[in-house]
Amino acid sequence: MAAQNGGTTNGGTRWIGTRPVRPDGVDKVTGRARFGADLHLPNMLVGKVLRSPHAHARIRSIDTSAALALPGVKAIVTRDDFDDLPSEFVPAGEMLINYRDVVRNVMAREKALFEGHPLAAVAATSEKVAKEALDLIRVDYEVLPHVLDIDEAIAPDAPLLHEDMITAGVEPPPSAPSNVAKVVEFAHGDVEAGFAEADVVVEREFSTQPVHQGYIEPHSCVASFAEDGQAELWCTTQGHFVVRGHCAKLLGMEVSKLRVTASEIGGGFGGKTVVYLEPLALALSRKSGHPVKMTMSREEVFRASGPAPGTWARVRVGVTKDGRITAGEAELKYQAGAFQGSPVQPGCMCAFAPYDLEHVKVTGYDVVVNRPKVAAYRAPGAPQSEYAVESIIDELAKRIGMDPVELRLKNAAREGTRAAYGPTFGPIGLVETLEAARSHEHYRAPLAPGRGRGVASGFWFNIGGETCATLNLGEDGTIALVAGTPDIGGSRAALCLQTAEALGVDVEKIRPLIGDTSTLGYTFLTGGSRTAFASGLAVIEASKDMIGQLCERAAKIWNIPVDAVEWADGEARPAGANAGEFDPLTLADLAGVAGKTGGPIVGRAQINAQGAGPSFGTHLVDVDVDRETGRVTIERYTVIQDAGKAVHPSYVEGQLQGGAVQGIGWALNEEYVYDEYGRLQNPGFLDYRIPVCSDVPMIDTVIVEVANPTHPYGVRGVGETPIVPPMAAIANAVEGALGIRFTDLPMSPPRVLKALEEAHIPEAAD
Amino acid sequence: MQYEAPESVEAAVRLLSGGGPRGRVLAGGTDLLVQLRAGVITPQLVVDIKRIRESREIREEDGMLVVGAAVTGAELGEHARAKSMWPGVVESAELIGSTQIQGRASLGGNLCNASPAADTVPALVAAAAECRVAGPNGMRRVPVEDVCTGPGQLSLGDGEFIVAFELAAPPPGSADAYLRFIPRTEMDIAVVGAGVNLSLDESGRCTAARVALGAVAPTVILAEEAGAALVGTECDDSAMEAMVAAVRAACRPIDDKRGTAEYRTKVAGVLATRAARIAATRAREAR
Repeated sequence: MAAQNGGTTNGGTRWIGTRPVRPDGVDKVTGRARFGADLHLPNMLVGKVLRSPHAHARIRSIDTSAALALPGVKAIVTRDDFDDLPSEFVPAGEMLINYRDVVRNVMAREKALFEGHPLAAVAATSEKVAKEALDLIRVDYEVLPHVLDIDEAIAPDAPLLHEDMITAGVEPPPSAPSNVAKVVEFAHGDVEAGFAEADVVVEREFSTQPVHQGYIEPHSCVASFAEDGQAELWCTTQGHFVVRGHCAKLLGMEVSKLRVTASEIGGGFGGKTVVYLEPLALALSRKSGHPVKMTMSREEVFRASGPAPGTWARVRVGVTKDGRITAGEAELKYQAGAFQGSPVQPGCMCAFAPYDLEHVKVTGYDVVVNRPKVAAYRAPGAPQSEYAVESIIDELAKRIGMDPVELRLKNAAREGTRAAYGPTFGPIGLVETLEAARSHEHYRAPLAPGRGRGVASGFWFNIGGETCATLNLGEDGTIALVAGTPDIGGSRAALCLQTAEALGVDVEKIRPLIGDTSTLGYTFLTGGSRTAFASGLAVIEASKDMIGQLCERAAKIWNIPVDAVEWADGEARPAGANAGEFDPLTLADLAGVAGKTGGPIVGRAQINAQGAGPSFGTHLVDVDVDRETGRVTIERYTVIQDAGKAVHPSYVEGQLQGGAVQGIGWALNEEYVYDEYGRLQNPGFLDYRIPVCSDVPMIDTVIVEVANPTHPYGVRGVGETPIVPPMAAIANAVEGALGIRFTDLPMSPPRVLKALEEAHIPEAAD
Repeated sequence: MQYEAPESVEAAVRLLSGGGPRGRVLAGGTDLLVQLRAGVITPQLVVDIKRIRESREIREEDGMLVVGAAVTGAELGEHARAKSMWPGVVESAELIGSTQIQGRASLGGNLCNASPAADTVPALVAAAAECRVAGPNGMRRVPVEDVCTGPGQLSLGDGEFIVAFELAAPPPGSADAYLRFIPRTEMDIAVVGAGVNLSLDESGRCTAARVALGAVAPTVILAEEAGAALVGTECDDSAMEAMVAAVRAACRPIDDKRGTAEYRTKVAGVLATRAARIAATRAREAR
């Protein structure tokens, strides 16, 4: 798993790229770490949610009187406890949300729009009492016909979720409402002219099922409102500043009166970028005068928190005999869930991003259905569209008799390529991942009879954004690092390493923590693969700020001008004409006398990080297929990805492996099973089948490093791209094994067996 | 809720037939406790049988293997004699859950949870295992296949509980095997299960065969015609084909979240064939 240096970094070698034990490791392996449900406060109540049993129903009335009369019930909130909000779109992770919808998603107003939609929340002295109270709440429903899938939702006579929703992005605007919220288009060149140049054109339709992020830790929070209107909130989230903003908006508070602390987080993958329980717990605490704790059951997580969208795609790509892709066209329809705002736009933008195309056109539709509102999930929107495109690229390679890596290399986006979605790429590493794939032992290894090998590439933008960090210098020269981005994937280790590099001090001298919303300026959430990059830039800036102060102190002690002091290897040295005149002063020396030289030393940074380098990866996979049961087994898997610079290679490898495993589940088994009434039949990990450890081989990784020029050490985000290629890589491998192309996910045993029977594939020779 | 942990069979029977509310028997608890916590069941009495010696031990009596109803999968898996006598029964118990679950899950609990997908039940039925059922009128023997009458339904009477399972000493040239299909590799519930127990004579001819199937009907079923299709043959391909036809004819599955009826029926035949081949190989090696 050695890192291959495919480019140059801008500096930094002492700490960057090393693998120290993570600062949060001991607490996590001993159980000491405090996750969302681990906080207990005196006089705390338990909050539970009454959820709609119907996929679609008008709410005529809600009667809470009997529940309120139950001894031990301290407060109940319903739609009447939240003010309606006007339409206002704000960023949530890498997606947009509308406050008008958020207030309705956390608590149904006019209608229940999915099974599990909250209707009321109860705070009581025990969970038992709270549950009994839920049974006493009377809701009068008018049950309405529901739509679960895109085809149903866009049918001419489909029941409407939102009777006033007029499709945006269409000129002239439609006169009648529909379940299509928005149409988007990205195009350049002339696709028909491009297809005319092609020798082979392949067009196919694809579908993918909604998949849940599958974080192990359910949503959980504790809210505590004081009599003076100040409130505190502890919750498991990817972004406590974002939670503060949403909750303040929903509760009509000033943000400075709400202090939000992020607990340790047991997985998020995008799904913890939105609010569910938090506004309800705050409202219950405000009403009852007690702290209120709310924790979802696993069943509630499945019924009521956002999956990635199920999608439909039609994709058409043309290629010349010598392997030049002449045009690409795609039509994409994404389920948004109960409220508009699927990631169809990034899906459109990513679809052809790995390729240098003259002619490209992508159209996307955002479709509402009676399912939970979708949430971000690792590269939101990209896996579905790139699955379709990468499947067709594989088919085209076969049709023209060209190696699939070769075909990709011939057409790969590189520095200077105009991306299919508009901008021109800077230095990027797709070619390097493809070359690493081609020369990898896995790609050349002989394939056992009956097995298939697949390859696919993937792209994700990565983001930067608003970020603050503080470095507090202790009197013994050690440092408390305060970041505002919750640590999901080992980012504390990555931030300590970047700080150690920038300051020239031992990484063990730096102790990181995630500050609450009152300790730092606004910091956007952990998402968009931005934390190692953007919080990294912030701690580097804060280090520079601290170095400036340290040099000033040394200049004062030596009584020389500050520009005659340099900072190197963690110490101040006299430079220029004064070089060698004084003994260097270390960080500890300067920290020890800070009180006499001007007071405490604190390095600060508040930045809006720009220039997140896009990330590309290429995956190789070998599969075996049991021809009698339809079971697909992943026999070997290799992830190759450009990390720019791997700050802590173990955690980069972990991201690559984790993304691949989630993609394997998406490809092979994960799906929601609904009954005819729109009620979920498999709300748990037993029957919603994410892979278990024994389902996957050890995932090999190769880290390619093409430096991101906007980061001092070349860092790019790495967390999301690895979930993009697996579905196509596996479908391409299954096609290699069976000669059958699967265009509908998941490739579950019953589907594979059925396809085998229809194709009459002979048994593989032993 | 009243919790009791009696130390004798008689005390357990007294509690269970005490005239009060009908109690639930707790062995490993890997199903019962989950149902309790999920609010699926709300028993007023729970009788834990893990302190009853006869329910917790594996013994040999006159060559017969007697396995307590609350013996765990892990204990059975580490019992060399059990593994050599009834490898299929042992492997079916070891398939349940994870390593942690294996420290609790029991044959008695697996049978009395009365799921058609229970892994040990087809293996026990194929092995012609019998239950020792204690009750107010003393002890009686019940063939395993007669215990469940439908999903969640048992034929046991008031105050009765299963103390142990009896597995006869297999005749020479006999062996059993169990296979299940799950989409994952572990931590899952059988979409289909197949247990096969057969005997071969010195020439390799099958003299007796029992084929039992899980998750293809409201209860685990003994497919007698499938077993009969093997008897008198050398378990060759044509005999296997005849057995598969009988297996598929015996299947009465439903479509649910774990699989379609069509898929279950097909895979039942595949698993029965594979299990029969394993059992035949073991039987030849046993000679």
